[in-house]
Amino acid sequence: MRKVYLDHNATTPTHPEVVKAMLPYYEEVFGNASSIHQFGQQARKAIDKAREKVADFIGAKPEEIVFTSGGTEADNFAIKGVAYANEKKGNHIITSSIEHHAVLNPCKYLEKQGFQVTYIPVDRYGLFNPDEVKKAVTKETILITIMHANNEVGTIEPIAEIGKIVKEKGICLHTDAVQTVEKIPVNVDKLNVDLLSLSGHKIYGPKGIGALYIRKGTRIQPLIQGGHHEKNRRAGTENVPAIVGLGKAIEIAKETMEGESIRLTNLRNKLCSGIGEKIDHVHLNGHPGKRLPNTLNMSFEFIEGESIILSLDMKGIAVSSGSACTSGSLEPSHVLKAMGVDPAIAQGSIRFSLGKDNTEEDINYVLEVLPEIIARLRAMSPLYRK
Amino acid sequence: MQYSEKVMEHFLNPRNVGEIENPDGIGHVGNPVCGDILELYIKVKDNIIIDAKFKTFGCGAAIATSSMVTELVKGKGIEEALKISNKAVAEALGGLPPIKMHCSVLAEDALKSAIDDYLKKQGKNR
Repeated sequence: MRKVYLDHNATTPTHPEVVKAMLPYYEEVFGNASSIHQFGQQARKAIDKAREKVADFIGAKPEEIVFTSGGTEADNFAIKGVAYANEKKGNHIITSSIEHHAVLNPCKYLEKQGFQVTYIPVDRYGLFNPDEVKKAVTKETILITIMHANNEVGTIEPIAEIGKIVKEKGICLHTDAVQTVEKIPVNVDKLNVDLLSLSGHKIYGPKGIGALYIRKGTRIQPLIQGGHHEKNRRAGTENVPAIVGLGKAIEIAKETMEGESIRLTNLRNKLCSGIGEKIDHVHLNGHPGKRLPNTLNMSFEFIEGESIILSLDMKGIAVSSGSACTSGSLEPSHVLKAMGVDPAIAQGSIRFSLGKDNTEEDINYVLEVLPEIIARLRAMSPLYRK
Repeated sequence: MQYSEKVMEHFLNPRNVGEIENPDGIGHVGNPVCGDILELYIKVKDNIIIDAKFKTFGCGAAIATSSMVTELVKGKGIEEALKISNKAVAEALGGLPPIKMHCSVLAEDALKSAIDDYLKKQGKNR
């Protein structure tokens, strides 16, 4: 059976070149980068090189990059680290209502600790309005954390515009760029951000590695205490193979991003228009234009997302959904809810997220099997009356 | 979370999908906000459920439990059918993941609601 993986916003296959680059750092160059001997120094050199690649890709200086165990740790570090380092200055944080749980839950945790959090709403396309952020700023505001692009619907947010608002006020601006790095250009100066999270496994790198960009001069407390690693900002022996892998993934992205962004946009648009032609009662979730090149989120009326996922999986196609049944809770996606999508329609949402190995044949195959699946499930649905 | 083979089998080949013309009882439970709606139709003759059909909006487990409850109920007397519990439905499917047990509750509720509807039409009460 044909296998078509369309869940790249969840994770990506590790690039073979990345695996190749990592392998020597398990058996040959295994040293602890903190050691003075040559075993350690070789590992240190590899880390430094990877750090330069990451920094260069987002327009930062190498010393502004801290490696973490992934995007979630980077988000936790940024939010809790800035909040605790600045609590004498103020206790107010601004975020959006469509953040990933790696941002939402640290914010909720801080609320319990006595911080105030404002959740900025979004419009029906998932876009927030920078004026709303401006209005929410108080004398107590110490941190604004808003994602660069949303993982579920792909809407790209106007982060650069907040940067302009807060710069003179001395408020820290953090963005979760886990979904944008490798897909669209990301530059810390153009975005005006002080902190930025990125992840390895979303960009064909290994799992268990990520990074937080921390602009020089930003007041932040470490999340993990221990040794003097990462200039006292993140303790723990460096995961050298994974750091090397992240560096390699970024090096590849630098070369392929432009071409891939065009190719994936075309494939995705083909999928979108094909679905529109073959299936009725479908809706696009997310912004029609300001959207990640690889992401397509559509709702199929009268049916529920998990049953679509299971049916597609039986045909070798991997996608995800914002339905309640797949989220582990009884509530459909908080993102679609914040966008004002009717809960019944949110239940039938499917996210297709494309990646480097997808071809036109893959899209044709999806368009061939999907209409039958939708028809079969609708025939079973009490909501669907012909 | 993983479904049993039996759940997948009933999800892919559900039994008794559809509506019954002039049913003797209809059960309608659930709402789309929570993710599941189940409509269950029964045909009763001499106090025996001779046919049952369903229509379901819901996840894999919701469809499989709907299918199973209609299978379990066919040929049973009203009293006996009322004893079918959500647990029995789940067990007949080789178990359900804990977060999906509510789907079997929905199946039991739909069955009871269809029987109540039938009894009401007969001028009786459970």
